[in-house]
Amino acid sequence: MKTRMPLVWGFLFGMVFGFLLQKGGVTKYDVIIGQLLLKDFTVVKIMLSAVVTGMIGIHLMKSLGWIRLDPKPGSWGKNAIGGLIFGLGFALLGYCPGTIAGAIGNGYLDALVGGLAGILLGSGLFAAAYPRLRGSVLKRGDFGALTLPRLFKVGDWVVIVPLSILIVLLLYLLERAGL
Amino acid sequence: MNWLRDVGWSPYAVGIGIGVLSWFTWLISGKPLGCSTSFARSAGMIEKLFRGNRVEAKPYYQEFQPTVDWQWMLVLGMVFGALASSLLSGDFRWQWVPAQWAAAFGTGVPIRLAVALLGGILLGVGARWADGCTSGHGISGTMQLAVSSWISAICFFVGGIVMAQLLFVVIA
Repeated sequence: MKTRMPLVWGFLFGMVFGFLLQKGGVTKYDVIIGQLLLKDFTVVKIMLSAVVTGMIGIHLMKSLGWIRLDPKPGSWGKNAIGGLIFGLGFALLGYCPGTIAGAIGNGYLDALVGGLAGILLGSGLFAAAYPRLRGSVLKRGDFGALTLPRLFKVGDWVVIVPLSILIVLLLYLLERAGL
Repeated sequence: MNWLRDVGWSPYAVGIGIGVLSWFTWLISGKPLGCSTSFARSAGMIEKLFRGNRVEAKPYYQEFQPTVDWQWMLVLGMVFGALASSLLSGDFRWQWVPAQWAAAFGTGVPIRLAVALLGGILLGVGARWADGCTSGHGISGTMQLAVSSWISAICFFVGGIVMAQLLFVVIA
């Protein structure tokens, strides 16, 4: 029974996450496309307020020694090229791997029939190509598990405090511009 | 509890809610919010149905075993969370073609499904290539101040904005 607890927590956290995404409207194609057309800034508002809230909390817990963070290693070949491919698909589909789960729960059949099949197919294709990619393009411009504080050789809070202020300011300007 | 029945909440309430949720996933499960690895595991599980256990020998599935894990349950939970939210507010409905797509490209279902499939393939390849998606990199990675995640998140939106312009401004 005890070994199943992590899975139960995963499911419960997922329910909260999906509930919030649906309330935020980002399970909807129109909201995602509105963001990518720079007409509706709901996605950016949700993401940036989540990042500020999360960033302060998890780094406080890290400072207290309660948790250990796990920033992903990366490379230019991995993150820039993969990110751009992802972006093209993001606009064609109008859902991302997270919001598509919410979109399916919302009853959107283009997400279930078209999008989900595509993501599974794409993931399988990547797994097949992985042996050829991992030694070449994925290694290009490797920087390891680098974080912004380590890049600038400063403490975490020297980045967190100005970044939080910058994000809040950006959100304020978005509201003032009526976006 | 009428607020649970509201169709939409302020994006800031939702964002702060997701931020607080991430504190608890770290504290209780020691994990960040993320989704796209689960689709790779699922692809492996489906492949196993057809090709048997030798699928597990593939280098990618050695790194990401095709099994149900914490994040897979998270993604499953998201389906039910969104279902609960949309049923409570009356926002749930079966829909093949979204309004904004229909306004630009018509209400034809096959063309929408074909583009969704193509988009999904690119999304799947891109998420595995970049080792994360809008949640794993875009929210969880950026809040950990990971350089990989900031580069990925910026590229998600650059690619997305370019393709959206191409679709809705150039083609439509």
